[in-house]
Amino acid sequence: MRRFLSFRDFDWGLLGLVLILSTVSVLEIHSTTAHTRFASFESKQIMFIAAGMAGMFILAKIDYHRLLDWSPWAYVVFIVALIAVKLVGHKALGAKRWIALGPIQFQPSEWVKLVLVLVVARYFANLGGRNLTWREIFKAFALVGIPMVLVLVQPDLGTTLTYAPILVAGLFLGGISLRQAAILIVCGVALLAGVWSSGKVFKSYQKARLTSFINPDNDPRGSGYQIRQSLIAVGDGGIWGRGQSKGSQTQGYFLPIPYTDFIFAAFSEEHGFVGALSVLLLYFFILMRLIQNAQTAADLPGSLIIMGIVAVLTFQIAVNVGMVIGFMPVTGIPLPLMSYGGSSVLFTFLALGVAMNVRMRRFVN
Amino acid sequence: MVSNGSNRGEKVPSLKLAVIQYGILFMMLALAGGLWRLQVLGAQNYRALAEQNRIRKEPIMAPRGKIFDREKRLIVDNYPSVSCFLVREQSHSVDADLPLIARGLNLDLDQLRATLHRFRTSPGYQPIPIKEDISADEQAFIAAHRNELPELETIDEERRLYPRDGFAAHLIGYVGEVSEDDLNNPRFAYYEPGDVVGKAGVEETYDALLRGTDGSRDVIVDSHGREVGYLRTQHAIPGQDLKLTIDLDIQRAAEQALGDRDGAVVVMNPKSGEILAMVSHPAYDPNEFAVKINRTDWSKLLADPDHPLMNRAIQAQLAPGSTFKILMSVAGLEEGVAQDMHVFCAGGATFYGHFYKCDRHHGMVDIEHAIPWSCDTFYYTLANKLGIDTIARYAHSVGLGEKTGIDLPNEASGIVPSTEWKLKNFHEKWFAGETISVGIGQGAVTVTPIQLARYISGIASDGHFVRPHVVDPSQLPAGFRESLLDQFPGSGDATIPLNPETWEIITNGMAGATDPTMGGTAAASHLDGVDFAGKTGTAQVASHEALEHMGHGVDTRPNGWFVGVIPRRDPEFVVCVLWEHGDWGSNAARLAAQVATVYVNKQRLLEKNVLQQAGAPKPGAGPVEMGAVWSESGAGGRSRSGVVEDDAELHGGHFFIDPEPAGAGSSGSEQSDSEGASEKTLVGSVPAAAADSLAGAVRALPSWPGAALPFKPEPVWWKATTKEPLP
Repeated sequence: MRRFLSFRDFDWGLLGLVLILSTVSVLEIHSTTAHTRFASFESKQIMFIAAGMAGMFILAKIDYHRLLDWSPWAYVVFIVALIAVKLVGHKALGAKRWIALGPIQFQPSEWVKLVLVLVVARYFANLGGRNLTWREIFKAFALVGIPMVLVLVQPDLGTTLTYAPILVAGLFLGGISLRQAAILIVCGVALLAGVWSSGKVFKSYQKARLTSFINPDNDPRGSGYQIRQSLIAVGDGGIWGRGQSKGSQTQGYFLPIPYTDFIFAAFSEEHGFVGALSVLLLYFFILMRLIQNAQTAADLPGSLIIMGIVAVLTFQIAVNVGMVIGFMPVTGIPLPLMSYGGSSVLFTFLALGVAMNVRMRRFVN
Repeated sequence: MVSNGSNRGEKVPSLKLAVIQYGILFMMLALAGGLWRLQVLGAQNYRALAEQNRIRKEPIMAPRGKIFDREKRLIVDNYPSVSCFLVREQSHSVDADLPLIARGLNLDLDQLRATLHRFRTSPGYQPIPIKEDISADEQAFIAAHRNELPELETIDEERRLYPRDGFAAHLIGYVGEVSEDDLNNPRFAYYEPGDVVGKAGVEETYDALLRGTDGSRDVIVDSHGREVGYLRTQHAIPGQDLKLTIDLDIQRAAEQALGDRDGAVVVMNPKSGEILAMVSHPAYDPNEFAVKINRTDWSKLLADPDHPLMNRAIQAQLAPGSTFKILMSVAGLEEGVAQDMHVFCAGGATFYGHFYKCDRHHGMVDIEHAIPWSCDTFYYTLANKLGIDTIARYAHSVGLGEKTGIDLPNEASGIVPSTEWKLKNFHEKWFAGETISVGIGQGAVTVTPIQLARYISGIASDGHFVRPHVVDPSQLPAGFRESLLDQFPGSGDATIPLNPETWEIITNGMAGATDPTMGGTAAASHLDGVDFAGKTGTAQVASHEALEHMGHGVDTRPNGWFVGVIPRRDPEFVVCVLWEHGDWGSNAARLAAQVATVYVNKQRLLEKNVLQQAGAPKPGAGPVEMGAVWSESGAGGRSRSGVVEDDAELHGGHFFIDPEPAGAGSSGSEQSDSEGASEKTLVGSVPAAAADSLAGAVRALPSWPGAALPFKPEPVWWKATTKEPLP
């Protein structure tokens, strides 16, 4: 009963859009690192993309139903890995996020995203899309909440936050009622307010980072400096941009980490409003294409998987670009497909691989 | 497990997907709106900010103008020095580095923090000066920590080098960083924090000329403050050099004469008002101010009971003592009261039921003897006859109790009391008894040394008073010269016609003061062959009653004053000496005589020099016009007894000498004839024959009383100028 699967059914259009963005990313990473000690980062990024694409094709071959079957085990393994990171992890920039497996440095929290997408899709698919009970809702919260807490204590606020949209998308599509949603939002806001004012969960630098985007001058030396420089960089680009490798904010190192979190600011300075808007359009097409795939998916778990991925990507784009243009606080969330970084690139390509997987099997049955 | 048939047919509702699609569209529009706001609407603003980020203005300090003496000898120089600045426009916080910076640069941490605090409101790109004139070790520290402390910058600049040991310190003043109070003052509108300004003396008055205009260089920097290029350099315009009227030789003589005594010396040219020397002791070392003085040293200077920062020459307001008697004599003679006054001095006299002492029994005293003898009884009587308001009127007219308008900051005015003054300040009427002590320069009268110098020279110059100044106005821009007059109001240049008789009596009386044959009060300061006239003053620092109540440790010895001129009439030189607690005016007169001797000797040397040049003239060189000053006492027939005839004592004149031994005399004669003046042409070889020939060849100018000389004059010091440049 299984139909012959071929890569003719692979979403080549989506891959094309992704590769355009990846090229833009490599060029911008080159521009921002060419005269620094990070000078070879663009070739590393090409390697990451190549590895990501390989992973994407491999993952596309494996039936996503099998992935869903494996996902609970993977979930357990990664929860253990997160605990291990906290205990024996490698400390970088004041946070334990990395674990060394032989020569490879390994950041489990990125992978957890993918596992969570699968686990949440599986959970809500099993519930069959009917109305949810409070018990089922709390189970879903626990499912996502446990890794969130483990990552938050690393501490890695940014990655922690990226888990939340998976849960939100799952609940929304999994059949939460309006009344339940309203109650949850009210409780959530109250809880957040309580946690914020208690001062125990958030460290003060995290608080400063989270609020400085409202008024960068409150923290002119810390995250306020980053926001300010980012705004200047974006604004400096004007309509047409300063030109590739010609942004003074980017090339003069005024813009912090211009090859990762603030790569969109660097790109906006050098390519202006036209360039930045083009990138946003590319993201919009990618997301729309993914949603279309979710719509045409063969079954509910397939749709839920793709929508989980859409939720994560949308959230990251909104938060990262929002941060760069001063709408959002500095949270350290990379821009998918643009920011430099192996874990981020691999996650994005593997997630796209899973989405392709679902699409390729849309005519099953 | 999952892939059982139970959910095969189920799908995500399209409505929910549509909601998500619209949500994403809305988000994208919001982000695009944000980009529009920054990149289209705010582009210009952010471009400017980006430029500001990238370009830093680095100051190029203008070297301050040098200060020279009247003969272009250097007094204040600059030397190259390195200053350390802190630049805040850095990505990392400076606060954590402060302890390391303080240690490496040998700074006080709290003071460093205070400095940063002071600059909190100035723009971030402006460098903060944190240490000036850093040592080689400190420069090495900055170089070694370039990576850890990128905020430290060094700037080369020129720094002030003042004479050592407080030489002319009060006159020159010093420079310092402009204070926060100054910045709030409209006068300092164009200054920025960290600017160096003149804080006292010439440095303050002429700051606008001396300071020049700082230049700047636009430097392209990265976020670590590393310079990656230059855009534009605006060169600094060096400050203008200033030539003072000070004569270093005279200044040095005055410094040495005063030594470690507290007091002041002012030497002035009474014809022009040019200050030749100005000394105030105790002094301070302005070099310590050129680099930032630390707070303890500064407060020590401020708290010092000897007030080393005070320029006594223009700021000490003290009772003039007997130097005031010249004014009394002027008032008495001009009012026609003193001429026929004969007072019997029996060691004092009683007025209004109170006995006023004189320091000795002078017997019968008239105005001619009252000045050299400085008889108090005479002046008590005179003061009583004149009344306080007449005295005050004359005193103000000659500039006592008034600022002179010298071009130095914070001149004091002193006080000349009057009935009006007392009513205004004490709401009391003036008691006639108070006038008596004012007659000898005691009581409420206070003056400054510069006032005394101006007033005595004005009276000796037949009522031509001048405005003292330390910088020749010819080198100043016209606007600046005008503003100086407004900035330093005072009695200035003035002519108060004197009765010829008054002039003669007073100048002769002053000459008598240094004349041993007269028994003058400054007889010990007599200079052989120099017509050195003057007046001593011994001023009580407290009344006799108060003295008895004063404890030990307070110096109650009287202040010694002396004001002297050379020659006695139309003088070219005036010296005023104040020796605080010097006991007697005659002591001050000895110091003045030392300064006068150096002046006279210098003139002699200059003359010889000119004559040597004139000794080998080219044919056709014209006669040389000579001015000469001499005194009777230098002549062979000096008499030590009796009163010398005033008219016989002639002291100066102008004449021509012809440097050519023969033949050229006629031209000189013609010239003097044609001018109708009484210059005499000198024929003979110069300088060999000069002294002998001059003796018989000099005739006084008509302006001098007594055209015929009843004695054989001998030139003792003289000055020659040629109307044309010497070959």
